[in-house]
Amino acid sequence: MSETFAPATLAEARPASVVTEGLWVRGLLIAVAILFLALFLVLPLVTVFAQALAKGFGAYLAAFTEADAHAAIRLTLLTAAIAVPFNLVFGIMASWAIAKFEFWGKNLLVTLIDLPFSVSPVVSGLIYVLVFGAQGLLGPWLLAHDLQVIFAVPGIVLATIFVTFPFVARQLIPLMQEQGTAEEEAALTLGASGWHAFRTVTLPNIRWGLLYSVLLCNARAMGEFGAVSVVSGHIRGLTNTLPLHVEILYNEYNFVAAFAVASLLAGLALVTLLVKSLLEWRYADEIKAGARGH
Amino acid sequence: MPGATEGRASERTGGSTAIRVENLSKTFDTAAVLHDFSLDVRAGELLALLGPSGSGKTTLLRIIAGLDFPDDGRIVFGAEDATRLPVQQRAVGFVFQHYALFKHMSVAENIAYGLNARKRSERPAKAEIKRRVGDLLDLIKLSGFADRYPSQLSGGQRQRIALARALAVEPRVLLLDEPFGALDAQVRKDLRRWLREIHDRTGQTTIFVTHDQDEALELSDRVAVLDKGRLEQVGTPDEVQEAPVSATVLKFLGDTIEVEAIAQGGEVRVDGRLTPVRAPGGLVGPVKLYARPWQLQFAEGDGAHLQGLVRSSYRTQGRQRIEVDRPEGKTVVVEAADTHRFAAGSPVGLRITGGHVFPN
Amino acid sequence: MAPPKRAKRRFLRPSVIPGFGLAFGYTLTCLGLIVLLPLAALVTRASGLGLSGIWEVATDPRVASALRVSFGVSLLAALTASVFGFLIAWVLTRYRFPGRKIVDAVVDLPFALPTAVAGIALAALYAPNGLVGAQLARLGIEAAYTPVGIYIAMVFIGLPFAVRTVQPLIAEIDKEIEEASATLGAGRVHTLVRVVLPPLIPAALTGFALAFARGVGEYGSIIFIAGNLPYVSEIAPLLIVIKLSEYDYGGACAIATIMLGISFLTLLAINLIQAWSRRRFGYV
Repeated sequence: MSETFAPATLAEARPASVVTEGLWVRGLLIAVAILFLALFLVLPLVTVFAQALAKGFGAYLAAFTEADAHAAIRLTLLTAAIAVPFNLVFGIMASWAIAKFEFWGKNLLVTLIDLPFSVSPVVSGLIYVLVFGAQGLLGPWLLAHDLQVIFAVPGIVLATIFVTFPFVARQLIPLMQEQGTAEEEAALTLGASGWHAFRTVTLPNIRWGLLYSVLLCNARAMGEFGAVSVVSGHIRGLTNTLPLHVEILYNEYNFVAAFAVASLLAGLALVTLLVKSLLEWRYADEIKAGARGH
Repeated sequence: MPGATEGRASERTGGSTAIRVENLSKTFDTAAVLHDFSLDVRAGELLALLGPSGSGKTTLLRIIAGLDFPDDGRIVFGAEDATRLPVQQRAVGFVFQHYALFKHMSVAENIAYGLNARKRSERPAKAEIKRRVGDLLDLIKLSGFADRYPSQLSGGQRQRIALARALAVEPRVLLLDEPFGALDAQVRKDLRRWLREIHDRTGQTTIFVTHDQDEALELSDRVAVLDKGRLEQVGTPDEVQEAPVSATVLKFLGDTIEVEAIAQGGEVRVDGRLTPVRAPGGLVGPVKLYARPWQLQFAEGDGAHLQGLVRSSYRTQGRQRIEVDRPEGKTVVVEAADTHRFAAGSPVGLRITGGHVFPN
Repeated sequence: MAPPKRAKRRFLRPSVIPGFGLAFGYTLTCLGLIVLLPLAALVTRASGLGLSGIWEVATDPRVASALRVSFGVSLLAALTASVFGFLIAWVLTRYRFPGRKIVDAVVDLPFALPTAVAGIALAALYAPNGLVGAQLARLGIEAAYTPVGIYIAMVFIGLPFAVRTVQPLIAEIDKEIEEASATLGAGRVHTLVRVVLPPLIPAALTGFALAFARGVGEYGSIIFIAGNLPYVSEIAPLLIVIKLSEYDYGGACAIATIMLGISFLTLLAINLIQAWSRRRFGYV
């Protein structure tokens, strides 16, 4: 960044810069921005921890001794453990095809991959009910074979995959497009097979972008509420993920337990944000396309 | 490889054909890039593919490498038809315009990449790879740089690493795409001389693409001039300069002056006066005479073919260039010794001492 | 000599890079099974209802009210998020102050925080006995269990979209443009309004559209604070859940189709804005 945007203390020593606002205006704008963020974003976060600890540390810990809480944690981990790797492989495959090749209909494909981001979470759940539910397209067939998708773990996993579907792909596509194909071509002219070139050249080039997108994908997979809520059936101990467990506890007026479980998810969000920021500061140009030189 | 060949002057002119390009055609989307293109590359020669951007030279290089595919025609390496040969098996050393070094690998890892990519049974031992990398680093005069990363190198150093990486696999042919395009003027000159030296020491068949005529003329054994996907001329730097086969070649190799002339019986006249330029046999009627700035001399009276008024003049490296406005509105630039200065507006006569006329 | 062949319009431009077939096939298969097939199920269902069927559901007073709440409040919330989002993005890119990087990281909180967690936290905060709710109550404003609560939740989830779409463009503004404006005699306000802001409008509109679309579809962070009173603070996504729990698949599909239609229109609007921006300013 340039000199002109140096700290205000330095700027005051020189004649006022022509490309920034006066000291008072700057101070006021910074204050408004921070106040707004504190009120709308930080305060809710603090509330989660405050409410969780409202009745002391013992009550807080008690929320995690419940068998249902354990089941919810297990299901959340299981769901993420399936959905994230699935979308990781999909993201790599899709970005390889889209970024490294020129083909007809590419823009349409990219739009379609992005589609789940513009669908309401509730509608995301609904469409799986329409396919796999008792009245759904495959409902009678599933019933005949004694398979259950909706109100069961497969439905939760599918809905989670749907809502996190674009994460890895949309991160990697622009990154790989920016990197072009010259390095892969160089590897091929040096005798490397396609797979060898991918492993030794492409993968190292996208590793930080990949980690970054997996991080965000995981946060959403573990925290998804709307879509999972629709397909889960809220069966305690069986089809409850952590966010659904929070809802149940809250609706039972068990606020301390609800916020205690919520604090677990908030902690996950904080860790995600922290690692994400570290990655952004350290590897900006290897995560996002177009970040080079800023 | 280093020191492998000596006395290659004979090879340079009389070498056998290393690569034969036969009737190559290539279109991108709907634009034709190469038309029925044929060219022989001799073993051990340093060949320049010279042409303006969009002339198809880079595409030709990529097709030879196996990075692009022709719609029609053949590529023959020695006696082997390589048209369908995958890039991995062509054994070409390709140096990319922006080098395409692997950012996450050290210099040594970059150079060793091609050797490490081989199947276990064909891969040299670790110590052997290390030795080869060391030799190549010596060759490119970057011996202490083995553990650096590409981001820590200057453009010229990256260029040399890219070359060493390509040489490491002992390619049949070295292909360089605009090798000096991304470098500044001084580094460019040093690297040119250096590349020529490496070539003389290794005798490696080399093709490089450039749009810079000085680079092509200075560096290469032969120059192939491309225009709009066709081969205009191929020959030694002297041949293409002294006997260009077309106006396109002539114009591309330097500044030219165009003068309306009349050809008849092998003679060329400007404004009714005979010039020393010879017309190809059978060419009759109005033609264009092309001359270099130094092929015009100041002259008076009947000795002059052209008349004009001096517009301006400036000195350049011991000579001077004078812009002369001709009565019909065209301006010609004349190069002359820096002895007499012409005042702007003074009338002058110009005599044509040489030039070329081409069939239409 | 064969005449040069007319280039055929090929599906794939030939490339030396391997693996297109596998990667493309895998991509299409996953996309088809995970995204397109389920969405097709919705479209099939909805077309079974027909336009009149959907219209009938949409004009049901309770549904109409929910749609009005969802779209109306989301519009207001997106507007708020855009204005403050622009200000935050400007402050974060243009000014240096202690803690700037932390503030920058905080902006993404709504992306990272599960919506249910945000929902119960907002509900606790804005309830009449909550930290902020009590203050608002003193001013006579009821936040929780009214559209005001919905508005707060929608601002919360829409804010990062508004910030992150304009932020990179503010960072890319060429300082010379501003200096040029100053040398030509323009004051700072004039420079900002006439030179700096106009190229940022498309990005700001895109951010607004994204925040709006997200607000309309949002469920988790709203339902706890909204109170969900029919005709007052009931949102469309909740109504889908209610219809589903009543096994009224048709009704659920009709509302979902309307919402989907609106998101596609929003998406279309974003694309048009970006196409216009590319023509007008040379970038998105």
